[in-house]
Amino acid sequence: MISEQLPALQVVVPLIAAAFCLVLARPLGAWLITFAASAASMAVSFLMLNTVMDSGVIDYTFGGWAAPFGIAYRVDLVNAYVLMIVSTISTVVSVFARASVTSEIETHNQGFFYTAWLLCLTGLLGITITGDAFNLFVFLEISSLSSYALIAMGADRRALTAAYQYLIMGTIGATFILIGVGLLYALTGTLNMLDLAQRLPDVANTRTARTGFAFLTVGLGLKIALFPLHLWLPNAYAYAPSAVSAFLAATATKVAVYVLLRFVFSVFGVEFALGAMPLALGLAILGSVAVLSASTIAIFQQNLKRMLAYSSVAQIGYLALGVSLATPAGLTATLLHLFNHALMKGALFVALGCIAWRIGSSRLQDFAGLGYRMPWTMGAFVVGGLSLIGIPLTAGFISKWHLILAALEKGWWPITVVIIAGSLLAVIYVWQVVERAYLAKPPAETSRAEAPASMLIPAWLLAIANLYFGLHTDLSVGIASRAAASLFGVVP
Amino acid sequence: MMIEFPPFAFFYLAALAAAVLPRVPRQALMLAVPVASCAALLQLPSDLLVSMSILDLQLEPLRVDRLSRLFGILFHIGAFIGIVFSLHSRDRTQHVAALAYAGSALGAVFAGDLLTLFVFWELLAVSSVFLIFASRTERSFGAGMRYLVIQVISGVLLLAGALILYGQSGSLRFEHIGLTGAGSMLIFIAFGIKCAFPLLHNWLTDAYPEATPTGTVFLSAFTTKVAVYALARGFAGTEVLVYIGAVMTCFPIFYAVIENDLRRVLAYSMINQIGFMVVGIGLGTALAINGAIAHAFNDVIFKGLLMMSMGAVLHMTGRINGSDLGGLYKSMPVTTTFCIVGAASISAFPLFSGFVSKSMVMVAVLEEGHPVVWLALLFASAGVFHHAGIKIPFFAFFAHDSGIRTQEAPTNMLIAMGIAAALCIGIGVWPWVLYDLLPFAVDYTPFDGSHILAQIQLLVFSAAAFAWLKVAGIYPPELHSTNIDVEWLYRRLAPRWVQQTTAASRRAVDATSRAGEGLGRNLMRLVLHHYGPDGTLARAWPTGSMVLWVAVLLGASLVLYYL
Repeated sequence: MISEQLPALQVVVPLIAAAFCLVLARPLGAWLITFAASAASMAVSFLMLNTVMDSGVIDYTFGGWAAPFGIAYRVDLVNAYVLMIVSTISTVVSVFARASVTSEIETHNQGFFYTAWLLCLTGLLGITITGDAFNLFVFLEISSLSSYALIAMGADRRALTAAYQYLIMGTIGATFILIGVGLLYALTGTLNMLDLAQRLPDVANTRTARTGFAFLTVGLGLKIALFPLHLWLPNAYAYAPSAVSAFLAATATKVAVYVLLRFVFSVFGVEFALGAMPLALGLAILGSVAVLSASTIAIFQQNLKRMLAYSSVAQIGYLALGVSLATPAGLTATLLHLFNHALMKGALFVALGCIAWRIGSSRLQDFAGLGYRMPWTMGAFVVGGLSLIGIPLTAGFISKWHLILAALEKGWWPITVVIIAGSLLAVIYVWQVVERAYLAKPPAETSRAEAPASMLIPAWLLAIANLYFGLHTDLSVGIASRAAASLFGVVP
Repeated sequence: MMIEFPPFAFFYLAALAAAVLPRVPRQALMLAVPVASCAALLQLPSDLLVSMSILDLQLEPLRVDRLSRLFGILFHIGAFIGIVFSLHSRDRTQHVAALAYAGSALGAVFAGDLLTLFVFWELLAVSSVFLIFASRTERSFGAGMRYLVIQVISGVLLLAGALILYGQSGSLRFEHIGLTGAGSMLIFIAFGIKCAFPLLHNWLTDAYPEATPTGTVFLSAFTTKVAVYALARGFAGTEVLVYIGAVMTCFPIFYAVIENDLRRVLAYSMINQIGFMVVGIGLGTALAINGAIAHAFNDVIFKGLLMMSMGAVLHMTGRINGSDLGGLYKSMPVTTTFCIVGAASISAFPLFSGFVSKSMVMVAVLEEGHPVVWLALLFASAGVFHHAGIKIPFFAFFAHDSGIRTQEAPTNMLIAMGIAAALCIGIGVWPWVLYDLLPFAVDYTPFDGSHILAQIQLLVFSAAAFAWLKVAGIYPPELHSTNIDVEWLYRRLAPRWVQQTTAASRRAVDATSRAGEGLGRNLMRLVLHHYGPDGTLARAWPTGSMVLWVAVLLGASLVLYYL
């Protein structure tokens, strides 16, 4: 039965497609393969999400080798949800990528570009689906290496430096994770996450376990781009090709946050990770600083891709704040924001890509009159911006609302102040763009010149999703709260 | 079963479409929208409550009952007339704003809970202000900003009041509220601002005359009538409204008589007419409420007609001051006729629409035993005839010949005025059509001897007074002047006060910054130093220092985890 093989297909389909891409190396064919593989993974992820919602956790063993010896995949509500986010974003953004890549990347490199894209997708999906700590590291490297390549293909020469820095920092992060996993292996003799979770409590009070935990958290902090380990991110997102910025901003850090959640809640257990260890306090402080500081920096940025990148750092702050509350409500808010942030940043970066395609710039000063030259694109941008601020009736409002409720429930009202201050700062940096695009005097020659439909449709799909999930919260809040409950071990 | 499609959705969708459509399809769409939407409204069941829950709040975004349905129909008529009147315009901004504005008004009257009401309340303000900005003059920009600030304050008060009520009762439903506590008081003031209560009325006389000729027609139809609806829904039978309403009917008379800008005269007369409605709502009896609502219905149409005739004059001549106009009946005879129909309606001539509704309120006042208020309303009725019934047509179309020779207004304007004039006369002759729509069953005959006789006396003597004053040369002449109203408080006194305070504080700040250093400047420099485009935190860092941070964090977490 094919439905039993879904977990394997989730990773294998994009992996094999990547190989085809490399062999084919023709732009159009490679793009078609990328789109088809993304769409297929999306279908698989929705099927799995459906199965998990109905009948609980899916366990899958490769080649029939049982868990401690072979590699086991384990799909529960949490990673089914993240798989759905990653594969959906990849599908939507790949539609946009065709025109964007054609204009930004030389023809002979486009085949490699799509190959790297599919490998990156494979890595991200693999990290999410695997139940094996070492396998996770392998997929992490696959996704990281391919994303360095993707970023380095940016048209700006600074893309090379940015990719190089990301490579150094990403490798350090991955190494830390590997060291952490290695220490745990030395301590427990297993790499399977379920086994780790069973054996760790007995040895939790050893220095080895604590050192392993420290390496894991700092390594993951790097991959998440938690303040002050975010320094690689702004340049990487700013100088990458537009499609890559949209894809990575909406997925890469989300997957890293998922890994943190997996280790904190499923492997180490919430009592150890957030109770015995002062991780919650650290996340609360660094998250608050990230929200305030990165939002302030975003205000002064002239390059909008950099502005959105700093805004992403701030959003990661919100995610960290949700985890630091260590309550099901806080975790619900984090999971919800994971999804909603993917929607809003996806919409914003895609819209920015449309603008870059048309005017060849993403600098604020070139935006004058853009509201009239590219009304549809700027419309999508404004919707994404409103969602980023957290205006009611947009998705961004829902996650901030839940985060505030969770903070109040816990009695941490300073967190509430930070969240509201962050939203106000977001108003400033989003408004700058609106003001420039709609109110500033446009340059002399202005005629309507929109981006092609293949770019506009993904932008508006994401923008409409922002509005849809701002009104119909049953789906997103329902899954997020069930997933949070399952991480806390309340239900299934 | 089809899902209930709320009326405002038609208008919002049309506003979106109008933002991109070229001119001719846009015109067709704009004409079709009110018709289609009204047809859809009539299809809705006469008692309907659509509820949904968002974030644990029970909201009712669509509620249809007799009261909201009547206002819904009224707003469709008003929107249709306004759209016909503005059809010739090439200004896309105004078309989009007008559609969104009409949609917001419909959303507000069909709102079943206070939160939905608040949302549309603010949307009303935001969409309508563009009709004022669209004049594209410095005056209109200033007036628009003042208008926006006051309207937004009203919305904020409404929200605060709604939240307090929600805290007390756990429900957001918009039902009868009554003046019972802090929350209801805030809501009352919020409604009062939009309703132009005395001392809160200046946004209206400040902003409406600055809007475009076509924009004023929309403005006069919606904002204040939404407030009247909200008062009727939330505060029917609140006695203080009787006295507030009586003051509202009287004080604008004086301003209207000396005002030169004829659209501002109409703005004052609008407050006066709303006063009649507020009195009716304050009485709270079935007859009074019916009278107030019916008068709101008629007011939209005849005030719209008068605004349209003045808009047509402004459109054709570029002037609107009584002192600059006169003798236009020679070149604009049709407009003159329509203006006189509107003037007769607002003055409540029998067989014109104002008569059949205003007299209901007057009778209700007497029935409830408020003779003083009745006298005030009587005075106000005479005053209306004076400033709106005689002054407007007289100074614009007759009086001395100003020498202006122009042409008749564009056809679409004439059609719009014709529709409104037909409605004025139609309702005046067959009032039962309107009575059947009212919230309570009507057993009232407008055309009995005493009503007609009293009204005719009033009108004749009032006309005689005008004629005598004019002949004797006592009547205040039309002059270019600025008449001081309470807005002086915030347009002159407050700025002066702020200027003085800021001057004083600037001296203080200068002193301190001389003594020490410019603290604020330094703070900003500090922020820029760290967060600015090349600030410490925003710079592209060398890889080494990033790694240093990793090491620091690893060290810190190791220490912390060991502790």
